[in-house]
Amino acid sequence: MNIKQVLDAKGLACPMPIVKAKKAINQLESGDVLEIHATDKGAKNDLAAWSKSGGHEVLEFKEENNVLKFWIKKG
Amino acid sequence: MTEKKRTTIILFSGDYDKAMAAYIIANGAAAYDHEVTIFHTFWGLNALRKDEHVPTKKGFMEKMFAKMMPRGADRMGLSNMNFAGFGPKLIKDVMKKHQAVPLPELINMAQEQDVKLVACTMTMDLLGLQQEELLDDIEYAGVAAYLADAEEGNVNLFV
Repeated sequence: MNIKQVLDAKGLACPMPIVKAKKAINQLESGDVLEIHATDKGAKNDLAAWSKSGGHEVLEFKEENNVLKFWIKKG
Repeated sequence: MTEKKRTTIILFSGDYDKAMAAYIIANGAAAYDHEVTIFHTFWGLNALRKDEHVPTKKGFMEKMFAKMMPRGADRMGLSNMNFAGFGPKLIKDVMKKHQAVPLPELINMAQEQDVKLVACTMTMDLLGLQQEELLDDIEYAGVAAYLADAEEGNVNLFV
């Protein structure tokens, strides 16, 4: 996986995870992967919906020690 | 890329919590790559007030209104459990604990994300608010300009 950037959104509340994800993904090229760590429970659905709407692909998602981790490929 | 989607929000309420909900949705929509407009009317205009005193020429009624309305987003009350002004202090403490973003920062963030903030000029006249008292870099318009944005809108909310 071509992970270009890791975004630490741990501890941040809605709407910050997607606002930060948007800022981060703007800096990337199509095909690059953005890794996001979040603790807001809503982020799981939020980031999945946001990726779909923006044409990005969630390659992987897992939860480790209450941290939600996403790997999102820019579309 | 297809044409950008559009979100329009009418902020009528001057309550801290309701304005916060409106601005969270606006920031979220901007992150969703929507073009976002928040149209502030009636008490919602207070969210756009500068928090410092701005000297202006006003009549008696307008001065009264200016005194009785909150000067800026941070001074707005809650729609529920306001407890004569103590409620906002409580909720701001709780927000800090949960790292929720306070309203003035949400408004800054919206401006950074190019959310279009519009003040309704008709209600500005009614409440005696002048352009100098409101934040910089906002737009002034009426119902027609709002409808022009809203008729192309995909999401449209009244708060």
